[in-house]
Amino acid sequence: MNHLQEIAYLIGSVGFVVGLKMMGKADSARKGNLVAAFGMAVAVIGTLFIGENGFYLIPNFGLIMGAILLGTVVGTLMAKRVQMTAMPEMVSLFNGMGGLAAALISIIEWQHIEPGISLGKFIPIIAGLIIGTVSFVGSIVAWGKLNGKIGDFRFAGQQYINAIVLFAIIGAAAVTYLEAIVSGGHGSLPFFYLTMGVAIVYGLLFVFPIGGADMPVVISLLNSFTGVAAACGGFLYENNVMLMGGVLVGSAGTILTVVMCKAMNRSLTNVLIGMAGSSSGSSGAAVTGSVREVQATDVAIMMKYAQKVVIVPGYGLAVAQAQHVCHELENILREEGVDVKYAIHPVAGRMPGHMNVLLAESNVEYDKLIEMEEINSEFATTDVVLVVGANDVVNPAAKNDPTSPIYGMPILDVDNSKQVVVLKRSMKSGYAGIENALFFDPKCGMLFGDAKDSLQKLVNEVKAL
Amino acid sequence: MNSIIEFIGQNISYIYLIILMVFVGIELISHVPSVLHTPLMSGANAIHGVVLIGAIIVLGHSASDDYFSLIVGFVGVLVGTLNVIGGFVVTDRMLEMFKKKPKK
Repeated sequence: MNHLQEIAYLIGSVGFVVGLKMMGKADSARKGNLVAAFGMAVAVIGTLFIGENGFYLIPNFGLIMGAILLGTVVGTLMAKRVQMTAMPEMVSLFNGMGGLAAALISIIEWQHIEPGISLGKFIPIIAGLIIGTVSFVGSIVAWGKLNGKIGDFRFAGQQYINAIVLFAIIGAAAVTYLEAIVSGGHGSLPFFYLTMGVAIVYGLLFVFPIGGADMPVVISLLNSFTGVAAACGGFLYENNVMLMGGVLVGSAGTILTVVMCKAMNRSLTNVLIGMAGSSSGSSGAAVTGSVREVQATDVAIMMKYAQKVVIVPGYGLAVAQAQHVCHELENILREEGVDVKYAIHPVAGRMPGHMNVLLAESNVEYDKLIEMEEINSEFATTDVVLVVGANDVVNPAAKNDPTSPIYGMPILDVDNSKQVVVLKRSMKSGYAGIENALFFDPKCGMLFGDAKDSLQKLVNEVKAL
Repeated sequence: MNSIIEFIGQNISYIYLIILMVFVGIELISHVPSVLHTPLMSGANAIHGVVLIGAIIVLGHSASDDYFSLIVGFVGVLVGTLNVIGGFVVTDRMLEMFKKKPKK
């Protein structure tokens, strides 16, 4: 390999590390993304134009450039056009593309395998195939789940079936290896594709049973899978930038997954196997009492003459795409002299930080978004809390019911305020599948309906007053 | 057993690299505010698009009459580019939202 190319790869690798580091701080995050993109560009240019004897054009240059240009145009259009609310599924889709690329590399490499392949060459190829395939299939399922095309799908004993399929992958890979030693890539092709087929089945089974609200964790996990698949390619080609980038994402993605689980106070196994929201019977203590339904007019009066209003946005706000009308309500109230703030729970919405992105999109000022630790002390002085499509993050059971599945999860203490109004479609429980005692609290009123419609009604009512 | 030891001996510098990168990855992510989790995941997503380089290499090595490899390789480079470009652009759009708006 030419030294210049090595230097290009070195610049690329450093770009990834520095970029990822900068992305960890709000001020430098956007620049960090550009630094990582710059690193990627240098590495790609180094691959295209630098050969063993200095500058050259890589063979099949026209074909490669055609694919890159097509991918650039389509990728940019997709990424630019996507709605902010649909961001998570877009990330999942792109992640799947990376997994597919890793699997395709292995498929081509396998055609050229000679009999007597060494384990050192076999493992990166087969691992790239398996992990890439699982990541691709899993990401596509996750994408379908997030945009509502695929529902949840569970059956009894799923964990055991998954474990059996996992062993089947390893078994198929072992048979492929033994056959390839004797007859090379072509002779062992059926076993190679069998391994891939079982990996497809595993990708499906892996993601199908996991509930929509847990998808962020799964996407983050699949993200680190794709990283490992890319690292396999790096090992195969003795390519440092692929190896470093892949391993970096593999480990960073795993840690990110764990950190996200912690923010929800759940373990990774719990997300993957425990399946909150399933009818496992552990739904905590039953809550009885009556619910008080309120009308938009009453809520409008309450808010208009309040000193301080805190809005708690959640999943329902994202689903109804109600962020703009929410900001409109905030503006109208502020003109009336009301102090309006947003309380952001770390896992509100579809992904950690999702609410911040959504509300920022509709021009809510960054310093009006208050993190949970800070806002919790303010609820005692708050007149009205408006809960928009959030449920589990305001469920007092997390604090005072040890039998509840979400016991121990930090929540927003909205019940400390003088009045609570919950905007909700129906009395259905949140994704944890448990009753919320807050709704039966005497100072809590329920305003039923789609979050966007309800907020629009509130805007009209406040204006009319 | 011998072949495993031999394998480790031959690839020792890569093994060092992998282990160190695992620690770097853990260190980089450990103390990040939860607000940034989504953009960070998206950014990491774009970085593993580095698999594109592998796709370019494999397509570059394909013989001009090996249509199977050319077609599969073309798709590989295409989806790899989608991962890279889409990943970085989506991340940029997310992070654009975090900049402070001028006060009215």
